[in-house]
Amino acid sequence: MSDLFTYTLRIADSSLILGQRMSMWCSKGPTLEEDIALSNIGLDMFGQANGFYEYAAQLDGTKSADDLAFNRNEREFFNHQLVEQENGHFGITIARNFLHDVFNFLFYTQLSNSKDETLAALAAKSLKEVKYHLRHSSNWLIRLGDGTEKSNTKIQEGLNTMWQFTGELFEMDEIDKQILSAGIGVDNTALKNDWDTLVNNTLQKAKLNRPEDTYMATGGKKGLHTERLGFILAEMQYLQRAYPDAKW
Amino acid sequence: MQSGEIKYIWELLNTVPDPEIPVISVVELGVIRDVIFSDNSYVISITPTYSGCPAVKAFQDDIKICLKENGIENFELKIVYSPAWTTDWMTEATKEKLKKYGIAPPSDTVICPQCDSEKTELISEFGATACKALYKCVDCLEPFEYFKCI
Repeated sequence: MSDLFTYTLRIADSSLILGQRMSMWCSKGPTLEEDIALSNIGLDMFGQANGFYEYAAQLDGTKSADDLAFNRNEREFFNHQLVEQENGHFGITIARNFLHDVFNFLFYTQLSNSKDETLAALAAKSLKEVKYHLRHSSNWLIRLGDGTEKSNTKIQEGLNTMWQFTGELFEMDEIDKQILSAGIGVDNTALKNDWDTLVNNTLQKAKLNRPEDTYMATGGKKGLHTERLGFILAEMQYLQRAYPDAKW
Repeated sequence: MQSGEIKYIWELLNTVPDPEIPVISVVELGVIRDVIFSDNSYVISITPTYSGCPAVKAFQDDIKICLKENGIENFELKIVYSPAWTTDWMTEATKEKLKKYGIAPPSDTVICPQCDSEKTELISEFGATACKALYKCVDCLEPFEYFKCI
């Protein structure tokens, strides 16, 4: 496996798993408009994942994008643990997505300057969509945080639950460093300051507290996950596992 | 002769409607970036509108059918991501067609396609398709779809 392949796969995996999570909101949204919004965001995530998987498949030369999505096990998935966390109630979903959207916005902004033309193009395309995903999650964060006592409690609960999965976003392992030094990848560590500023500003507007940095989970990049991922894959991959190479 | 055929291919492509908004063609939508002749084959470059838009797959199939029905066999469709698709590529004539169809075209001010009022309100940034948002008119009270600027 080349470093570039793994690097691309990681981006694709985070998009796919968040897309799958968002698709679980379909028909369960709190209002019709929100149901449509959450499903639409899911669709964007699938589209972004597809672009990165197609590129990874091209770099690999033996597997197709579908093989990569449907024929790998938990330990072979490299998504951030944040995106595999359960939807919970609406406040939990919004908190999770907000924290990830801020990261994605900063990450794709940098990646769109990559020396790798395909990654740069996919990042520029994804960035356009991530901008309104971020607007959506930020608006809800503010509305719920600065809403009633109950809505404030619930969105704060979401932030507190998800916070431990944000440390991982800024990690750099050997592959990241290699790809960065080749002028292709992003320096995740350098995104932290801007992420903090954006998150803090929004939390302030939302009258929410920034959770304290205590224990931070890690491992997604190495294929180590929380138990949630297995359940997602079991459902998502069922058809391809039960009927290999099925087409429709 | 090839340049004549390239013009012919553009004309054929202009007859393929957008699957979600049938009043405009894929050419008018701005997704066909280029048609060139290379290695005995026509290469048609397509830029996806939204990454996850199901219509992208649908209109690729429609394009294949249309070209084959008109006797063009030697072609390939190439997906191009850069530069990313933008609503700026839509012409004024296309925007007018959208408006007549009841969809407010992309613009800085969202104008009601029914009564032309500029007093409109956002209901949701997301709509029935990835490219649209939901609005309502404060004057005539009609809800309508708005083709988002991207």
